[in-house]
Amino acid sequence: MPLRTVLTMAALTIHESARRRVLRAIVAMTLVLLALSAFGFSRIDAEFSGLTSGEARLVASVVLNLIMFGLSLIAALGTAFLAGPTLAGEIESGMALSVLARPVARWAVLVGKWLGLIVFGSGFVVLAGAAHFVVVWATVGYWPPDPVTGLGLLAAQTTVLLTLGLVLSTIISPMASGIVAVGLFGATWIAGIVGTIGELLDNDGVARVGVVSRILLPTDGLWRGAMHAFQDPTVLAVYGAGEGPHPFLGQSSLTLAYLGWVLVWVMLLLGLASVFFRRRDL
Amino acid sequence: MTASLEAAERLLEHLPPSPAVWCSGLRKRYGRQSAVDDVGFTVGRGEVVGLLGPNGAGKTSVIKILLGLVRPDAGEVLLLGRPAQEPVSRARVGYLPELFRYQPWLTAAEVLRLHVRLAGVQVPEEERRAALAVVGLADRVDDRVGGFSKGMQQRLGLAVALVARPELVVLDEPTSALDPIGRADVRDLLLSLKDRGVAVLLNSHLIGEVERVCDRVVILDKGRVAASGSMAELLGQRELRLRLEGVGPDAEAQMAAAGRLIRSGDWFTIGLPADEAASIVPDLVRDLVALGVRVHAVEPGRISLEERLLDILRAGSGGAR
Repeated sequence: MPLRTVLTMAALTIHESARRRVLRAIVAMTLVLLALSAFGFSRIDAEFSGLTSGEARLVASVVLNLIMFGLSLIAALGTAFLAGPTLAGEIESGMALSVLARPVARWAVLVGKWLGLIVFGSGFVVLAGAAHFVVVWATVGYWPPDPVTGLGLLAAQTTVLLTLGLVLSTIISPMASGIVAVGLFGATWIAGIVGTIGELLDNDGVARVGVVSRILLPTDGLWRGAMHAFQDPTVLAVYGAGEGPHPFLGQSSLTLAYLGWVLVWVMLLLGLASVFFRRRDL
Repeated sequence: MTASLEAAERLLEHLPPSPAVWCSGLRKRYGRQSAVDDVGFTVGRGEVVGLLGPNGAGKTSVIKILLGLVRPDAGEVLLLGRPAQEPVSRARVGYLPELFRYQPWLTAAEVLRLHVRLAGVQVPEEERRAALAVVGLADRVDDRVGGFSKGMQQRLGLAVALVARPELVVLDEPTSALDPIGRADVRDLLLSLKDRGVAVLLNSHLIGEVERVCDRVVILDKGRVAASGSMAELLGQRELRLRLEGVGPDAEAQMAAAGRLIRSGDWFTIGLPADEAASIVPDLVRDLVALGVRVHAVEPGRISLEERLLDILRAGSGGAR
């Protein structure tokens, strides 16, 4: 019975995402980003024709990370603003009343929505990311060393953010939940950079800011792991060792322990959202 | 063990079915405001019960508590014999909310398919289309709900409430967005539900509607049950208006003995018990004539539900003062 509810709600959410205007907006933004990066990469090749193949890979690798950051930002904005309205908006408009008066458990409705949003958000990240790899490969001949892991981590980052959006949408209004989720996402990214600066300056206190923020909201940690999977291994040897950490370079691949924590984090927040939603008067 | 279980099941089979709705001691506060205060009532199987009361009386809150949409601070609810905390108790319940809105990106047919799936019943396509036809949406089956007017969305809401073969239908203001034809349609729909033995809990401001279709009425005021009973019990009183001349103390005493007497000039109004009204009136007129009273007019009347409701609510607010 709950499984049927979960699957029905997941299918409904995917259906909704596909029919809403937000999908068209995301597709349009992605196409623009793809076209721009195709143009940019072709200019790298044309303007720096004197580069050795190793140097070209280096540049392509860093620029690819920059672009993937843009992509993850689109995914973040898209999912946060999709996850918010999907629950809070339905409660506000009264759409949730007729659904929740059916013989369904509230947690099953919530998990179904969450699952549908993950399929949608992760599907977008994987498709758009793969399209970018093809563009980069076609223009400068660079192919990331571990594309599957990288895209998987980006999908995980999207999942983390939409779970946060869903928790917020059970307690605050739709728009506010989207804004707070994106704000927290940005804040962790900045905290990550602050931490990097701390590492550069050998200041443990400042470096800890990055570590703590990566544990509290794992988006930045996952993003760093994804970067590591996208960039050429020689890049670190050139930049990383000599000049210290860099905001658009991943220093190391993620540990299993961190991935385990991400899983626990997502489950904890989903559980929290279920508790909030169950207690909520409609 | 199995034998005793079977015996128990056989015993249960022969018991009369549990009521469609049973609730008792329901309480709900929003902050310092008490919305529902010790409400309890029953809706029998196949019975149509009207929930009446002024704005803010707690009708919608009571309905939402019954359906598990609002958590009561206290009290118990059984839906079709099962505790309302179990989602499965709503398997055979249809609901049209006061705030009706359906997924604008779906078509009318898709909304019904969604609800049938959530209810966990198998309803063939033709039956789902028939549910839309009953509410007058036969030619809008494949149109997106986003393009529907308010009235059409309310009609769709009625179809949603009816589609999963319910044994109990809860309708919260089902005609608020409907034109007079739509209201007549809803009345016919309620009567057909009654014929099919489906229990209905109806919250409506249209008292005429309630009076025509309901078997019983529960009147809420300030979150409490102000009165409840069958139509016969609530509307039990009849009225007799007389225009008389030459009324002496004897004649007045005679009329007061028949029922509550109100005098206004030469008009006399007497409240009579419904079952005895038919025999009292001719005898009373005969006695008055015998006492020398000149009788100009005799107008038997019926107290409407509206008058009764206003009486009850006024008495309630008078008591509070």
